[in-house]
Amino acid sequence: MGKFGFTISKGRQIDYDSNDRSIAAYIFEREPSFRLCIECGGCSATCTTGNLTKFSLRELNILIKRGENDQVRESIGKCMLCGKCTLVCPRGVNTRNIVSLAKKAFQLTDGYAI
Amino acid sequence: MNIEGKKAIWKDYQKEIADDKYYYVRSCVRQNFFPGSETAFLKIMREELKKDVYEHPCHTSCSGIGYHSDIVPVETTMTIVARQFAIMTEAGYENLLPSCITSFGLYTEILDTWHHFPEIEEKIRVQLKKATGREFNKPKNLAHASDVIYKFRKEIAAKAKFKLINKNTGEPLKVVDHIGCHYAKMFPSKGVGGAEYPFVLTGMIEEWGGQIIDYPERRHCCGFGFRQYLVQANRGFSIACSKEKFESMKPYKPDMIITNCPGCPMFLDRWQYVINEMEGKRYGQNGEGIPVFTYEEVAGLVLGYNPWDLGLQMHQTDCEPVLDKIGIEYSPEDKYNTKINVEYSKNHNLINV
Amino acid sequence: MSKHVVVIGGGVAGLEAAGRLSKVGFEVSLLEKEDKTGGHLNNWYKLFPDRRSSSEVNEYLDRISINGQVKLLTNTTIEKFSRNKTNLTILTNNGEELVADAVIVATGFDLFKSSRKEEYGYGIYDNVITSAELEEMFWKNNIALVNGKEPEKIGIVHCVGSRDEKVGNLYCSKLCCVTAVKQAIEIREYLPESKVFCFYMDMRMGGAYYEELYREAQEKWGVSFIRGKVSEAGESFDNKLVIKVEDTLAGRPLKMELDMLVLMAGMEMSEGGKKIAALGGLNTGENKFFAAADHHFGSNVSNVEGVFYAGTCTAPMNITETISHARAAVSEVMEYLKDDRK
Repeated sequence: MGKFGFTISKGRQIDYDSNDRSIAAYIFEREPSFRLCIECGGCSATCTTGNLTKFSLRELNILIKRGENDQVRESIGKCMLCGKCTLVCPRGVNTRNIVSLAKKAFQLTDGYAI
Repeated sequence: MNIEGKKAIWKDYQKEIADDKYYYVRSCVRQNFFPGSETAFLKIMREELKKDVYEHPCHTSCSGIGYHSDIVPVETTMTIVARQFAIMTEAGYENLLPSCITSFGLYTEILDTWHHFPEIEEKIRVQLKKATGREFNKPKNLAHASDVIYKFRKEIAAKAKFKLINKNTGEPLKVVDHIGCHYAKMFPSKGVGGAEYPFVLTGMIEEWGGQIIDYPERRHCCGFGFRQYLVQANRGFSIACSKEKFESMKPYKPDMIITNCPGCPMFLDRWQYVINEMEGKRYGQNGEGIPVFTYEEVAGLVLGYNPWDLGLQMHQTDCEPVLDKIGIEYSPEDKYNTKINVEYSKNHNLINV
Repeated sequence: MSKHVVVIGGGVAGLEAAGRLSKVGFEVSLLEKEDKTGGHLNNWYKLFPDRRSSSEVNEYLDRISINGQVKLLTNTTIEKFSRNKTNLTILTNNGEELVADAVIVATGFDLFKSSRKEEYGYGIYDNVITSAELEEMFWKNNIALVNGKEPEKIGIVHCVGSRDEKVGNLYCSKLCCVTAVKQAIEIREYLPESKVFCFYMDMRMGGAYYEELYREAQEKWGVSFIRGKVSEAGESFDNKLVIKVEDTLAGRPLKMELDMLVLMAGMEMSEGGKKIAALGGLNTGENKFFAAADHHFGSNVSNVEGVFYAGTCTAPMNITETISHARAAVSEVMEYLKDDRK
């Protein structure tokens, strides 16, 4: 805070062009159904974790695609891989595999497991 | 970029600006922020353009600063504004000329509110009468002081001693225009050129020899926003707004910024110093900051007024780089001297010196 | 003597109506303000959802529907339009007076003028184009920026002039979403290295095989769909377009640089239609299109006896619906003229 009593706020804007979207690219290549999500939220509604914690698989989908990876790292570990989300998806997205692939991609990038 | 497209839009946003007999209302904060600007405006209007500009010592703040900080209820603000109208009416004037953008926006907003809800106007009339015994007519014409300078930009150009041209290269100075949010964003039809591509400052700069820069964050707020700045803990948001603009304009290598609002030049000027202190970043050329001016200061410079009479010594991002480029002579030793031979305390927190 | 029906407008609705009317034995005059028929169809390269060539539909309308049996008056506009006791009189700009037993108005739509959405900088920033201009590029087989280069990142803005109180159009133009999807696919086909982003408020894929096309765009062509209305476009130092949008599903504002921005201009009541409404005393609705007598079972019927509507002069419609609507108008005319009502 120094002598001014405040610091320069960090923006909330998603800077699409400078974000690192390599995690998304990794998933797209291995699970093409990732593209089919229409963000209906069926997965999040049925998700046990989502009903008890601040975890939304729908939001996670978007954040991975936009390259907001820090936020994804923070919450992806909450998924219990139960597969209920895959059961309800109207677009046939293999949501469970997306979580697995994302974790794998982070492990490859970061050098350690989430 | 296709300038014809902009011209087509500018044609749609031509407002009526009275050409004489103005009732001038000052800004609360400008006399502290940029103390030479209003004086320069009156000098230009009265001595250069020979216009009748009337001022009354009893006019007050429009209370917009309180309204926009959630301190003054809107009805109180309306009654205060009604009193300004009453003083104007009593003096026999009909053309209201506010110095402040937020006042201009507020007057516009109130007149529009009364237009749609005449019962509110009636109520305010009663309140003003009860409180002060005064009655008022609504202004026939409402123009911001920058509208009027825009209107007479050609007359000013005709009297100009300097042009906004780099004397060493012969190139026009690259100028960023920054329009106060309350100028046209609320009522696009009340601003010269509208809200998306305002022409009011562009018109002046082009007429006086400069070249306007259109950069991606041109429409972004300077960050003042009243609520943001007034609470210290919120200032990180305010400065981030200015920073976003500086980052966006930097690649164009602007020589200067011109503004038409009380808050914007203050923040665009002072935040450059704070960003420099916090992060060691400057946004002008050769490691300098980008000098920020009010439109009256720019008009005054073009007309050959002494920079220190215009109050340029009060800027935190020093203006000398621009003066040197234009070729305006100034005396560095007089910078902090007053006309009554008392030396101002020197500002030590400067960039560009 | 066979009865005379005048059809105003030589687009899809007018051609289909005129052709059908002549087939059932009416004497038909078809008025068209341009020098040739086909209307907006002439500007569209391929059609959704099956991406057949628009010229196939044009050919059907010309050859099979019209088949030379209709008196065609091109470069013709209307100066006077009045209802008399027994018939309708039309005075054209060429000084010709037509007396009709019935009139079908098929004046279609105009594309929304995108410069009215000032924040997108159409007409100001290079490489902000409309959906119609992109079709022109498809015709020329050349999708290029102003500097002649191929665009790499293309954004498509849905709802330009539709669902927008600011421009006075509260309604959905209905076809822009599927047009965006179709054009996104075509761009990706033509420029396999490109990236395409659709910025939508809602994906309104309410037509046969539209949703399937949307799915194909995602799955096969990797088109990205970002839910949010683009609020402004600017131009960056290196001449790229910079857009601001909220990624509403992430709940965050988003900034992106693009090479080209395509505006999905909506449909509005045509200027020609407005003129005829004024001349003939025809009612228009809040959406400014012609107001039909009944929304459910009188969508071809006007408030003036003997005047009927066909196609998009009453509301946004796709080609399938327009052709059906035109046929329905013909059936209304047949019903109206079946007794010797004159």
